[in-house]
Amino acid sequence: MHFSDIFLKLWHAGLIQKGIWETVYMTVLSTVIAYLFGLPLGVILHVTDRNGLRPLPWLNRLLGFAVNFFRSIPFIVLMVSMLPVAKFIVGSSLGNSAMIVMLVIAAAPYIARMVESSLQEVDTGVIEAAQAMGCNNFQIVCKVLLAEAKPSLITGSVIAMVTVLGYSAMAATIGGTGLGQIAIVYGHQRSKPDVTWVCVLFLVVIVQIIQAVGSVVVRRSDKRVRQ
Amino acid sequence: MIELKHLCKTYKTATQDIVALDDINLNIRDGEIFGIIGLSGAGKSTLVRCINLLETPTSGEVLVDGESLTTLNRRSLLKLRQNIGMIFQGFNLLEQRTVLKNVCFPLEIAGVERQAVRKRARALLKLVGLDGREASYPSQLSGGQKQRVAIARALATSPKYLLCDEATSALDPNTTRSILELLRQINREMGVTIVIITHEMKVIDQICDRVAVINQSHIAEEGKVSEVFTNPQSEIARDLIIPRERTVLETEGGKRLRLKFNGETTIGPHIAEMILACQAPVSILMANTRELEGVIYGYTIIELPTDRYQAEKIIVWLNCNGIPYEEV
Repeated sequence: MHFSDIFLKLWHAGLIQKGIWETVYMTVLSTVIAYLFGLPLGVILHVTDRNGLRPLPWLNRLLGFAVNFFRSIPFIVLMVSMLPVAKFIVGSSLGNSAMIVMLVIAAAPYIARMVESSLQEVDTGVIEAAQAMGCNNFQIVCKVLLAEAKPSLITGSVIAMVTVLGYSAMAATIGGTGLGQIAIVYGHQRSKPDVTWVCVLFLVVIVQIIQAVGSVVVRRSDKRVRQ
Repeated sequence: MIELKHLCKTYKTATQDIVALDDINLNIRDGEIFGIIGLSGAGKSTLVRCINLLETPTSGEVLVDGESLTTLNRRSLLKLRQNIGMIFQGFNLLEQRTVLKNVCFPLEIAGVERQAVRKRARALLKLVGLDGREASYPSQLSGGQKQRVAIARALATSPKYLLCDEATSALDPNTTRSILELLRQINREMGVTIVIITHEMKVIDQICDRVAVINQSHIAEEGKVSEVFTNPQSEIARDLIIPRERTVLETEGGKRLRLKFNGETTIGPHIAEMILACQAPVSILMANTRELEGVIYGYTIIELPTDRYQAEKIIVWLNCNGIPYEEV
């Protein structure tokens, strides 16, 4: 195997290593921030549903529409259209901070739907039992819904993180950094396929690690399948 | 005392209104085990859910110890529910919590101090015969054990009342018996008033003091279990006590009669006496009888001989001995 000069320069200058770090950092941070919005949004969607704990049809329809609206826009288009928003929030439409804003806007609605469907899996009988014990709705959300849906929520977060990783690579086309940028700028635009393939390799490895760690955490946390 | 007054519940759907409960009046006395029996769809699950207002009645009143639940504000209602435990057919345990933590749950909700919570939960698990299983998860338990955890959990806040919604319907007969024994023990030793919803007569038979038979959203009859059993007034009660059998052997003999034992016939070898007296053979095609306090209840289907003279003798004998019958 013979590597191109560009690849060797990038590697020795530590740029590929830096790209890996940037990708990981952007992915994790964006997912965490997206959950700060997506989790409560998903809970509200579930709770205000017609069959939910506190049906509020107008709010449910409003939020449902907003979530569907953002989810129906392809990421690359959403990103371009949200540039002014990023500029407003972090003061720039370039760089990692701006990219994180985009990733959060794209991922939060997706996460909201995933949280909603995880909560739907919780047995309604258990909720009824909690109500019979005198739980208020807040207690049911915290101690029953979220607690019982935990394994499913973790599974969802792994899927969300892998999706955000994919988005972060796409963000490179309009000024994001990380492995995506290296693959596009050096691999694609300068026609150095070895650079592209190394980026692909590291992206695959990162996804595999996220998936493996996620699976272990889910298995440890789920008490339903023991023995 | 739990009093239900003119309780009605109607579900509105897009096309029609479905009446689940229609003018239900019941008094459940302190310290008794009260059974509510009915076929599925009769409204019994809705009825029990109206007692702790998991279902809001469309009209009528629910009074618990004289306090009207429908007029309570939300906070007081949640507080009052801690005085009414409930167990379910599907157990409804928290799958992600250990057995001990499940029993702790209602106490955490009630805001009891942590140390006291654990102590009480352990004592309750001991009471239901599950000491040593504190650290297990519900998925590791059998159905009967899960229901025991649910009972311990329902008793955690020392409720005065315990509602059981088909609590033994998912269990095998032996486990059912042991769970019912546990409920009776709880009733006697702790003085908990128990309301049992079931479609199984044997559950009523085994532990209830009084019973209400519910049919098509109405209370068909109500009274002491021994009275309803021996002298059921309603068609539905008769059906529930002795389920109707529809499969009768295909034979080529003579007329068939259903001999009815409605609690007016004392125990005795009636069929044998009839055969001896009439000197005529009969076939017993089916029998479903039970004995309660010295009288027979149920029916026997017999097939008369093809010989008309012999058949006539048997009919005369039945008339003389006051055993009601009908041709089937």
